[in-house]
Amino acid sequence: MREVAVIGVGMTKWGELWEKSLRNIFVETALLALDDAGVDKIDSMYVGSMSSGLFVGQEHIASLLADYLGQVPVPSARVETACASGGLALRLGFMEVASGMSDVVLVSGIEKMTDVSGYEATYALGTAADQEYEGYHGITFPGLYALMARAHMEKYGTTREQLALVAVKNHLNGSKNPLAQYPFEITVDSVLNSVMVADPLRVLDCSPITDGAAAVILCPVEMARKMKKPIVKITGSGHATDSISLSSRKDITWIEATYQAGKRAYAMANKKPEDIDILEVHDCFTIAEICVIEALGIVEKGKGGKAVEDEVTYLEGKIPVNTSGGLKAKGHPVGATGVAQVIEIVKQLRGEAGKRQVKNPKVGMAQNMGGSGGSTVVHIFEKE
Amino acid sequence: MSTPSRFWREIPQRYRLEANKCKRCGYISFPPRLICPQCQNREFKETKLADKGKILTFTVIRVPPQQFVDQAPYAVGIVELDDGVKLTGQIVDCDFENLKIGQKVKIEFRKIFDAGEAGILCYGYKFVPE
Repeated sequence: MREVAVIGVGMTKWGELWEKSLRNIFVETALLALDDAGVDKIDSMYVGSMSSGLFVGQEHIASLLADYLGQVPVPSARVETACASGGLALRLGFMEVASGMSDVVLVSGIEKMTDVSGYEATYALGTAADQEYEGYHGITFPGLYALMARAHMEKYGTTREQLALVAVKNHLNGSKNPLAQYPFEITVDSVLNSVMVADPLRVLDCSPITDGAAAVILCPVEMARKMKKPIVKITGSGHATDSISLSSRKDITWIEATYQAGKRAYAMANKKPEDIDILEVHDCFTIAEICVIEALGIVEKGKGGKAVEDEVTYLEGKIPVNTSGGLKAKGHPVGATGVAQVIEIVKQLRGEAGKRQVKNPKVGMAQNMGGSGGSTVVHIFEKE
Repeated sequence: MSTPSRFWREIPQRYRLEANKCKRCGYISFPPRLICPQCQNREFKETKLADKGKILTFTVIRVPPQQFVDQAPYAVGIVELDDGVKLTGQIVDCDFENLKIGQKVKIEFRKIFDAGEAGILCYGYKFVPE
């Protein structure tokens, strides 16, 4: 296998981008990535998108976007694993470059979610759960994570305030990220007094509905060295599945797919949890960040809530988690999220993260998750 | 709108709780499967789910999907039945404040929602505290 580097990243401001179409959001972002890499032609591309069909009524977007990026006839594929689509796009691009099939590959993720009503968006997101045995009974995504939250609180004594602190921390980081949808701070009180969505989760426990895209350019490390680019290598990649229905899991508080994907990524990169300097995780709801850092072995089982309370995961803590602001503050255009996580890690490793820069990180990890944990993709990155 | 076929073919599970049990390892699949997720065996015998169980976790949905708007707020939980199978469903005929993890419930046959003006009425199982 060839070593693979990320040589270009591109992201524009996320939010409710009513004036921009799906294709234009994508092209603006992809052009930034091409410019950052210093290339104008690619050999192949991947697009992570959960549900362009339900959100904008457009399928077949891989070719549409290749066309508008001026790259036809390059092969272009859309990949889907719900909210982990972007992470999976990265994995496929990584495999394509590592295998020698292609040299320069564009990996992107996109979702345009505000062209539909709130009900339609709720429906589209709900299709990531088991429609016949979960959705049929009126459960929503906040509802599924609320089931996990209540079970975690009961089993480990995780508190309502600890959940709120995840959102507070991520907004604090997001306030330093000019591309974030909500770049401002919030308080524990504001979380605890926000509208109840699905007990015990309130609206400020939930990631928002967002329009946005993210793109990165991959190439072999050898080629990147010749181009004299700052090199961030992808040294570990793991992908795992689980039942998409939450009730089928042995332990509702434990995200096994994240554990499995993490295990594979750690083994490939020959790293341990204590080697990770910075971590971007899939905090679609506050409880998710707590469960994920446990499943990745960053903290002990049941200690995720305590970790945020003790500020272990804050920007100045032992292991900063979601320096970008996470899904909570940066926004969550579902298909784009996994790629945006990579961009944050690359910026941090290059030392280009501005006011939220962590001091000299060497190894970063990104964890991207679909549904209530039915799929997870984990990648490890290292600065050369 | 979907045709009624999708609802119709799920009637054996929704109305009669039909499941299957692996002849090798005893794993009960609901809905029935063609290969056991635990031991990959392909031989099963038909069985019916237990009709009682206990609440493993629950929530109260305050922001519902469109077809549940007239029911909100409503409680949804994951219940572990006496045969070990875990199911997601609404918990009804209860005060939300009194719901507890570990509480005993039984399964009852109820209307779940109606699928629009010309649509069919969709029935299935719900949980009722004992």
